[in-house]
Amino acid sequence: MERKTKINAEEDKQELLITREFDLPLELLFKAYEDPEIVAQWMGTKVIKLENKKHGGYQFETSDKEGNVLFSANGTIHEFLPNQRITRTFEMENTPFPVQLEYLEFEKLTDTTSKLTMHIVYKSVAFRNQVLQLPFAQGINMAHNRLQEIADRLK
Amino acid sequence: MNLRRDVFQAIADPTRRAILLLVSSQSMTAGAIASNFDTARPTVSKHLQILTECELLKQEQNGREMYYHLNPNKLKEIADFIEPFQKMWDDRFNTLETIMKKYQSKK
Repeated sequence: MERKTKINAEEDKQELLITREFDLPLELLFKAYEDPEIVAQWMGTKVIKLENKKHGGYQFETSDKEGNVLFSANGTIHEFLPNQRITRTFEMENTPFPVQLEYLEFEKLTDTTSKLTMHIVYKSVAFRNQVLQLPFAQGINMAHNRLQEIADRLK
Repeated sequence: MNLRRDVFQAIADPTRRAILLLVSSQSMTAGAIASNFDTARPTVSKHLQILTECELLKQEQNGREMYYHLNPNKLKEIADFIEPFQKMWDDRFNTLETIMKKYQSKK
């Protein structure tokens, strides 16, 4: 089955493009990024803080059943234009990965479809390539399995 | 993990990519490969060594000469490299879509 999400990572560049067309009106797609409860559901993480404004910030945390923190991330929001654009940084805490810069562009395609383009800039080509390999790593897979559980429950 | 990273670093170098392109259609000796570049012969040898170590090139003895040819299976591995990352985001966005469709119908 062909995936709806496209990843464009040119070989010797320290950036990548993630594009996805959604079977959702633009406003609903944007709401999935704006509403902390909804973000928590599809990202499979607890949203500790989400300040949707210039100079705002956000903080995510994922714990296992015993309460051990498996994953924590944070960032600063530089631009927040509803139904258009979010510019923010993203940092995974307690990892060797430096902070990355993310440009999210939201576009209306038709009344019922929309498109998201995520342009991510990394500190170096080597770090980008390591991030690309991350899904092989166990920690991320665990978070990802939890996502699958949520998706299965929703079906 | 280390092996995969090595493969990726191997193809990040423009000379090594040119070497892969050269041997993609035919087996060649180190000398024949080196004659295509202005770089010093030992430099080309070093590139061949790296490409062989990460299995992008395979060596084959033919009489007194050593021939290099491309290992297409290894190349395919690079093409599949992004696959898990893509799947991760695709699953995430599929979940987003499912959640928002529910949200929409509830309104």
